[in-house]
Amino acid sequence: MAATWTPSERELERRRLRQRLRRRDLVVATTVTLVVFVGLGLGITSTPGWDAVQELFFNGFHARESFDAVLEGFWVNVKLFMICEPVILALALAVALARQARAAWLVPLRIVAVLYTDVFRGIPTILLVILLAFGMPALGLQGIPISATFWAGVALVLSYGAYVAEVFRSGIESIHPSQLASADALGLSRAQAMRHVVVPQAVRRVVPPLLNDFVSLQKDTALVASAGILDAVFAARNYGNFNFNYTPLVVVACFFVVMTVPLARLTDWLQRRYVERERAGAR
Amino acid sequence: MTGPVLEVDAVRKSYGERLVLDDVSLRVDEGDVICLIGSSGSGKSTLLRCLNLLEPIDDGEIRFEGSEISDPRVDARAVRSRIGMVFQAYNLFPHLSVLDNCTLAPRKVHGLSRTAAEARARDLLGQFGLGDHVDQHPDRLSGGQQQRAALVRALCTEPRLLLLDEITAALDPELVGDVLDIVRSLAETGTTMVLATHEMSFARDVATQVCFLHEGRILEQGPPAEIFTDPREERTRAFLRRVLPPA
Repeated sequence: MAATWTPSERELERRRLRQRLRRRDLVVATTVTLVVFVGLGLGITSTPGWDAVQELFFNGFHARESFDAVLEGFWVNVKLFMICEPVILALALAVALARQARAAWLVPLRIVAVLYTDVFRGIPTILLVILLAFGMPALGLQGIPISATFWAGVALVLSYGAYVAEVFRSGIESIHPSQLASADALGLSRAQAMRHVVVPQAVRRVVPPLLNDFVSLQKDTALVASAGILDAVFAARNYGNFNFNYTPLVVVACFFVVMTVPLARLTDWLQRRYVERERAGAR
Repeated sequence: MTGPVLEVDAVRKSYGERLVLDDVSLRVDEGDVICLIGSSGSGKSTLLRCLNLLEPIDDGEIRFEGSEISDPRVDARAVRSRIGMVFQAYNLFPHLSVLDNCTLAPRKVHGLSRTAAEARARDLLGQFGLGDHVDQHPDRLSGGQQQRAALVRALCTEPRLLLLDEITAALDPELVGDVLDIVRSLAETGTTMVLATHEMSFARDVATQVCFLHEGRILEQGPPAEIFTDPREERTRAFLRRVLPPA
């Protein structure tokens, strides 16, 4: 049936029309985009101090010169992010679940979870990094790592764990109670209901805010520079202080942007896939 | 009298390979109550969604109040502001009270003042037995009440045409009657409606025309007396045997 169908004259006309409308939209989009960006570019480059700023921040020679040092430092940021992120996810989910626990004997756990989120969301991350990176090794305890980088990572995990836990919690609480009721009705235990019904749905729902925190964390790995750890920012500042040129800071910024964009696209794609699979036709 | 309210001409719609509407034609005149019957998956809901431009069609034409609305240049919002739709799952906005659900479109789309919109909504809600629930949120209401609220929401914009998509399918049998009574009274006051339904006795009583859909085609169409007592097609007969209690 479908094979023998030929679109009617009217339908073909409609398709031509749609295509024309699409082309018109494309022209409008392109023109507006060009005007806006060219205007912005002209506006910035025509400011009185632009030449000096360009020399200080956008200098090709210094960009090339500092590139290797910044790259080496950036590797520290990448490592910190790659290691901290999974730990944060696990910790945050555990904390969120602990806050949701209803069993009587788990009350102390709930209290700890609440205290943890309250305290660590309240402390500025930069303070936490400095406190742990300098303070923990100074304790002189036997058997704990003394690397400042390690403790800076721990600080990031603790700080972000508290944020992400709240993201997970909001996701869990957004799942309609009827889902728990039907899990109960099937005889699932509360833990099973969480594990198989609530959390999978909650995680999907919070992917966008999670990504937001990931991107934020990627950037906040730069805070370890304040504890004297030789990351990209520290390397760039080092170079700037010796050469009186701040182009390396812009190079670092570019590195961070390049790192975060693929993550954003990946999340968009994941999200779209979930929507297509679960909400096919549901409008 | 002017021409028909709605004319559907050879509409075709497919989702990828699957053909859901095939050469569907339909004419809706002022005051008509058209019942779409047929097993689930026969294309009833899709047809209603196409009429409201919620789904684009692949071929054919839909004309509403004399002008073609399947044209890509048509402002879909302007069309929808003249057509009311009620869904099977109510689709009330859970964050708004019943009253706010009913006044949202009149105020934001039709430019009514809050007082005018609320007066109208309160009046209709009262008529439909929801006077006590005006300020409640939808989740507080029973299914039947929610669906009546959804009907009021659709009516508050004074639509020229009302589309009802299996609006009693999610209700308890005892609540179905309440909702159908309202639809019946709407039909008696001359509201033009196209509705997909599984309630055969209701269709028999209220419809001016009954369309039997099968695999995306209108297989048979006629006044209810004809369709229900002496269907032409064997498939219609088989369907009715399955859904009607043996006489």
